[in-house]
Amino acid sequence: MAKKQVNPTDEFIKGLWRDNPVFIQMLGLCPALAVSNTAINALAMGAATTFVLVMAGLSVSLLKNFIPREARIVSYICIIATFVTCVDYAIMAISIELHRALGAFIALIVVNCLILGRSEAFASKNKPHIAVMDGLGMGVGFTVALLFIGVVREVLGSGTLFGVDLFADGFQTWTVMVLPSGGFFAMAIWLLVVNWIRQRQEKADKQTSEQTGEAAS
Amino acid sequence: MAKLSKHLEIGSSPHVTDGASTDVIMRNVFFALLPVTVFAVYAFGTGAALVIIVATASCVLTEHWLCRWTGNPSTVGDWSIAITGLLYGLTLPPDLPLWMVFIGGVFGVGIGKYLFGGLGMNAFNPALVGRAFLQAAFPQAMTHWQVPFAEGRFESIPSSVMAMPFWEPTYDAVTTATPLALMKFESEFAGGRELAAGLTSGSVGETCGALILLGGLYLVARNMMNWRIPASIFATVAVISWVYQLYDPTTYPGPVFMLFSGGLMLGAVFMATDMVASPITNLGCWLYGALIGVLVVVIRFWGGMPEGVMYAILLANAVSPHIDNLIQPRVFGTGRGAA
Amino acid sequence: MNTPAPPQQKPTTVWQMYRSIVGIGAFCALLIVSVYQGTSARIADNRARFLSSAIEEVLPAVRSTVEVSLDESGSLVAAAEAADLPAYLGYDENGDLVGAVITARGMGYADNITVLYSYSFELQAIVGHKVLESKETPGLGDKVELEPHFLANFEALDARLNEDGTALANAIVTVKEGEKTEAWQLDGITGATITSDAIGSILNQASSYWLPALERDARDFQPPQSIEE
Repeated sequence: MAKKQVNPTDEFIKGLWRDNPVFIQMLGLCPALAVSNTAINALAMGAATTFVLVMAGLSVSLLKNFIPREARIVSYICIIATFVTCVDYAIMAISIELHRALGAFIALIVVNCLILGRSEAFASKNKPHIAVMDGLGMGVGFTVALLFIGVVREVLGSGTLFGVDLFADGFQTWTVMVLPSGGFFAMAIWLLVVNWIRQRQEKADKQTSEQTGEAAS
Repeated sequence: MAKLSKHLEIGSSPHVTDGASTDVIMRNVFFALLPVTVFAVYAFGTGAALVIIVATASCVLTEHWLCRWTGNPSTVGDWSIAITGLLYGLTLPPDLPLWMVFIGGVFGVGIGKYLFGGLGMNAFNPALVGRAFLQAAFPQAMTHWQVPFAEGRFESIPSSVMAMPFWEPTYDAVTTATPLALMKFESEFAGGRELAAGLTSGSVGETCGALILLGGLYLVARNMMNWRIPASIFATVAVISWVYQLYDPTTYPGPVFMLFSGGLMLGAVFMATDMVASPITNLGCWLYGALIGVLVVVIRFWGGMPEGVMYAILLANAVSPHIDNLIQPRVFGTGRGAA
Repeated sequence: MNTPAPPQQKPTTVWQMYRSIVGIGAFCALLIVSVYQGTSARIADNRARFLSSAIEEVLPAVRSTVEVSLDESGSLVAAAEAADLPAYLGYDENGDLVGAVITARGMGYADNITVLYSYSFELQAIVGHKVLESKETPGLGDKVELEPHFLANFEALDARLNEDGTALANAIVTVKEGEKTEAWQLDGITGATITSDAIGSILNQASSYWLPALERDARDFQPPQSIEE
């Protein structure tokens, strides 16, 4: 494992699909469900999480020889909390309205298991540039997943996309999609789609390998 | 193998006596619902008829399509899904846009029934799942009530019913408040005779308590329904509301109002008795009914919404396997939690 | 630690632990302080802009505001520190008093609702309201921010005091939609009864607290020297 050739591009791409944090690993669901009611919220949340992921991954990877094994969790949490606080201030400086919309969930990035998980499982064992690519991939995958959920919820729930009206007057908004339960529905629908595609892929892979197997024999 | 276990599960339910098959029961449920349906169309006109037709069609089509898509034989033939669709239609407001009716039906059967494994596996009553989704998605349209016995209800179709898909309905007919909304927000109680005869406003099939009771009695007489569930619901609701009426008659209506208003009659007789989502033991049925009764009263008296039968039944559906589990006698010699 | 460390790993000394935790702590503290320093001016700026845009929405004539509070004896003083639910006196460009802007909070259908509303001394009425925070059901409860006939209540919602100026002459209440007959009644919203009722009782409660003191003291109130935007 340690000797395996690690390619930064692979580390980036795996977060997008094969190990997508929301749709495959099912990590970080709390913010994914709570602040995906509009596309812009989803994007902001994803960007904030990506920043924390990358910075935490970089710091942990740089400090991996400096942090003793016994004190690693407390050190990681301390590092993550620091970057979350920075993001919190940055968002407040950018827009108070956005900060109000995201509410407590910015602070709660600290306890997003995705970040601690990547720090512990990946960044602490890999070189800084690899860790950064991993964090970036996971972050972008998280953002894309949130955006998918957010787009469905915003279009159906408010009839808008990124705050722009999509339909003429009189569009019937689906109140449920703006409510927390809408997050579950939208997420479930995407999970259905993702798993369906994956199954088809696996089936296709199996068939091709069987065919090549037959050809070889 | 899967097919075998399905039949076993249905057969062991207390609704079913010696060897009655699903389609025989369902045909009888249909007979029981017929007077209610006819009355609904008579009271609310073409709108109600279209709502019922689209509701039934959407459920049947969804079931058929999902069965075909997943490569299973279609279970449409046993009529159970048609009954679900009919019941779903009866719980809707009579001037609901048809596209909403359709979406609710697809959601109720798709999410509420098929994803749980189809007939015999659903934890919740699919008709109520569909209705609950609509209630959450389109609260305005779902709390919009048409006046019953309006003039010219057979000549024209309400414009809201024919609203363009995904577009807001426009209402032309005179609207009114349900007896429960009047109770909740104005402390006005409708008379018992009015309620029982179905002269008030409400969902398509919930207004005429007397006809629903008649249908229920028919099913009980044919031994095709567990009478303990509705009896338990009625008793609980009646006792609690009677006690509260003694305490404060201006705020709390009496037992007759509570029993005959809103969806309680329809819910207790046809929804709560859903063979799959209710407990299978007799004691369990009593407890289950009592739970629904308590929840209905709590939601109606102190909740934010005027009507709570739907949520009460769905919540009780969720706990019904646990009720069965709870009242299992412990096998001698086994420890706690061994069940 | 019960599990022995792998043989090739040297046991961690206390010094190493200190070094890492204190070092990381110091580094993090430094980072947070510098980010805070770098952003605090903009954040304060954003907050002030948010508030002034909200105030302008409910009382458009205002050019400058002074935050006020009530002291123990119930008379009006300039606020020593920003309150949780602040109230402001608003002045126009000539420095004349035009009205008061009051924040108030109360229980709605889902959670607390915080509103900002304005009181005109000239009309002795509430002339504007804006919901600052609410978790009411979208599509029903949030009609109190959108519904035209409900917002029309705030053209001049009568909030006159009684003759000795100690309480509201008429309690502000929400009535059923279409049944408003008096100037101090709020025309409610069918389908959002609880939320519109809540707005009425929030306004009534906050007005009973603030208006007697405002009517008595605000005209003679000497704002502190620095009135700036």
